Amino acid sequence: MIPAPDLAFTLNGRTVSTVDGSIGAPSMRLLDLLRLHAGQTGTKEGCGEGECGACAVLVDGELVNSCLVPVGQLHGCTVTSIEGLPRVDPLVTAFARAGAAQCGICTPGMVLAARALLDRVPQPTLDDVREALAGNLCRCTGYARIYTAVLDAATDAGPGKAGGR
Amino acid sequence: MPVPDVAGSVAPGTAAAAVAGGASPSSRAARGLLGAAVARKDGPAKILGEARYVDDLVLPGMLHGATVRTRAAGGILERIEFGSGIDWDSFVVVTAADVPGINATQMIEQDQPVLAEHRFRHAGEPVLLLAHADRGLLREAVEAVTLHERADPSPVFSIDDALALRGEVVPGNVYRDYLMSRGDLAAGEAAAEVFFEGRFETGAQEHVYIEPQGMIAYVDAAGVLVVEGSLQCPYYVLGTLTAVTGRDAGSVRVVHCTTGGGFGGKEDYPSQLAAHAALLTLKAGGRPVKLVYDRAEDMLATPKRHPSRTLVRIGAGRDGRLCFLDVDFVLDGGAYTTLSPVVLSRGVIHAPGAYACANARVRGRAVATSHPPNGAFRGFGAPQSIFAIEQAMDGLAEALGMSPLELRRMNMLRPGDRSVPGQTIDATTDFDAVLDQALHESGYLEKRDAFAEFNAANAAAGRPLRRGIGLATFHHGAGFTGNGEVVLASEARVRANVDGCVEVVASSSEMGQGSTTTLCQIVASALGLPLERVSQAPVDTHDVPDSGPTVASRTCMVVGLIVEQAARLLRAELIQKAGLPASGADEHAFAAACARYLDGHPRLEAQARYEPPANVQWDETVFEGSPYASYAWAAYVAEVEIDLATCEVALSGFTAVQEVGKVVNPVIAAGQVEGGVVQGIGFALFEKVAWGNTGTMANNRLTNYIIPTTADIPPVQVFFQEQPGGIGPAGAKGLGELPMDGPGPAILSAVNFALGTRISSLPVMPEDVMAALSAHALRVAA
Ligand code: FES
Ligand code: FES
Repeated sequence: MIPAPDLAFTLNGRTVSTVDGSIGAPSMRLLDLLRLHAGQTGTKEGCGEGECGACAVLVDGELVNSCLVPVGQLHGCTVTSIEGLPRVDPLVTAFARAGAAQCGICTPGMVLAARALLDRVPQPTLDDVREALAGNLCRCTGYARIYTAVLDAATDAGPGKAGGR
Repeated sequence: MPVPDVAGSVAPGTAAAAVAGGASPSSRAARGLLGAAVARKDGPAKILGEARYVDDLVLPGMLHGATVRTRAAGGILERIEFGSGIDWDSFVVVTAADVPGINATQMIEQDQPVLAEHRFRHAGEPVLLLAHADRGLLREAVEAVTLHERADPSPVFSIDDALALRGEVVPGNVYRDYLMSRGDLAAGEAAAEVFFEGRFETGAQEHVYIEPQGMIAYVDAAGVLVVEGSLQCPYYVLGTLTAVTGRDAGSVRVVHCTTGGGFGGKEDYPSQLAAHAALLTLKAGGRPVKLVYDRAEDMLATPKRHPSRTLVRIGAGRDGRLCFLDVDFVLDGGAYTTLSPVVLSRGVIHAPGAYACANARVRGRAVATSHPPNGAFRGFGAPQSIFAIEQAMDGLAEALGMSPLELRRMNMLRPGDRSVPGQTIDATTDFDAVLDQALHESGYLEKRDAFAEFNAANAAAGRPLRRGIGLATFHHGAGFTGNGEVVLASEARVRANVDGCVEVVASSSEMGQGSTTTLCQIVASALGLPLERVSQAPVDTHDVPDSGPTVASRTCMVVGLIVEQAARLLRAELIQKAGLPASGADEHAFAAACARYLDGHPRLEAQARYEPPANVQWDETVFEGSPYASYAWAAYVAEVEIDLATCEVALSGFTAVQEVGKVVNPVIAAGQVEGGVVQGIGFALFEKVAWGNTGTMANNRLTNYIIPTTADIPPVQVFFQEQPGGIGPAGAKGLGELPMDGPGPAILSAVNFALGTRISSLPVMPEDVMAALSAHALRVAA
């Protein structure tokens, strides 16, 4: 039997690999690696088929649904789930202030979707926000408070405001 | 405004007599806490992904559970066949024969088995439970089970078929038949000069809480059966568990986990699911068993909003004053009774809308069909019947040659009026002010004219865009219907610890609506403490009293009132027995008093019980009286844009103005309205349950059952008016369900305005627009 090639990537700042056993089968969903193996349950499963965004994480800064990604595709990548987001991220404060999390099950994915947007477009318009979050379902908020939170976080982190208050 | 009584007692087990009330607290931190936009207590843990939902819990030795369900739409279960190639001995297997107690979910009736044994009524009914440590093997085992069923020859899949007895699910197919009759219908009809008649329908709606339903059950070291999960009503679950297992409440504990949305969908079904998890763990010798549905199973098996069909006959004098109203309202209850009788009664009571009419009759029936049972969903029957009356008002306005606005203005309930059920509208109600603000904020009058011109110009030029605007005016009663709150006699406690930290001890379950934060605000305000000093105790039936289910927009208003009273009792006790200064005490003085008190007493807590205000008298037999202690009032305006080329309806604006009494937390309240409105938009424009040929949901996936996304939803404008009329703390009223009532009728009115059509059912999908346009073209040509 030919041994499977080694697989290694960075998960929330830590290297995981088939060598040390921190990754099982390459066909395992990234979602299961996070939740079942790494015990990092901030990433949620809402549908298991790429429709709800509750399982969204960042892979090299891009938003992906971890329920659709086999870990075998991640060699050399950097994966960030909500556990890897700095606690001081302006989005965290802005979501709390705006009341953007109700039941909270969509929130980690939503925050990461917003992070991916702000990394790309630091000063987004409302339409940018609506477009960037369109793959993340929220059944509680009607999205209004989420729009407010993301726009506020952008303002907070913006060049005119940083350190200014 | 009559004030409800709240009976109270201090620290059961201490000799203290209750002293009602106390001087009002004056700490600066607490001042203005009621009405403050404080941040949610559960915010940070949820945002950072640290909150633990049921599927996040892993217990040592835990097994996973799965459910095998019937396939036919009712029939006889003849045999269960366990296929070869599976090591069945390694599985925990549970059937109806393993139920130690009563094999029925404890709801209004006990007609729904926890596991079907012989006769079953719908496809998707649970028959067999399996558990195993390996989820892969579990899936294979489920596939290897064959249920030999003898299918019923004539299942019933529609309200019309149920009423026409084309197949019989239960004898007569009617679970409940209610009549609310006032005045003299014949005289009203004789006096009327202009008439309208219509038939209105609404479809099923799936809750799509983003967290599917789930439970974990185990037996702890003390032999207590513990069930933890995603649920709204811990004591409902407890009631079913004790009945099903034959254990007493002391040897069963129900614990609420962080719950990822409910909207009514986790009101009755968790009792069933908890019973399944419990049966598995009992069979497995107490080993933990996790039973969490995937999305497809959740959508297939759990309740939906009741489909409805409503016939309305309505008539007015030429001046537009209503003379009579005759409504025949029917809900599709599905195959078991579950909550249908109470959903029906709320629907019947709201069927006349927020209008005065001296001669009215509402007949309401919940019928049996071969669909899985339908159940609670935000609004609880009212969105269906309010949809029908609002559409009928539009139809009558057209017949009168009046604007829908004028007709509403002429007939809306005002202080001193008697509503059709028989409630005198209280003096604080100002429905006109609500309507005026909605017109103003939406620019209704200007847009109505501008859109009409826009449509005429586009039609003349052959351009495909049309615009529409629609209005709905309505009210929603808060709390349990009729005598429900009397029967519940809900209780809650407030407990203080030696460090001066206070806990709200209630069975009210946070599921995203913000109840933990609002209840803590209410208690902190009553005790003069900063919000950080107050938290909600974990909801565990071995600690919290039964504060009633977390439903019916009752938590802030009813349970809020109870905990407020309990807090006052606790404070009075500290003033009397522990030297708490009667005014000006800050949190340090409070903590010191708690420490002194607890030096000589085993605990420091106060309990109160709800007693509804004396004016809330309801005669269920004739549907007469005052069914709700408080009503919230609203006027919603929807704007749409429709492309005739694609027949797609895009929502272009939405304005929601409501009067909800005191707004305890403006951020949470606005979040409730925004979320409810968007669910209502889904109900109106996106969410269509397709039934498969055995009567279960065929589009049971998020790929083909579509709920609104950010791409569909422009910012919704939300405004509150605050009249001091609610029975809750500082005059608060319930508001969680209200926003579900208005979007359906307002949006359909806007669509019909834009197209000149008479679409009369929800949801309005592009194919419905297309069909209506061809019907309209035929009518115009004829
Ligand atoms: S769980 Fe991955 S998108 Fe829904
Ligand atoms: S907060 Fe509940 S789904 Fe978004």
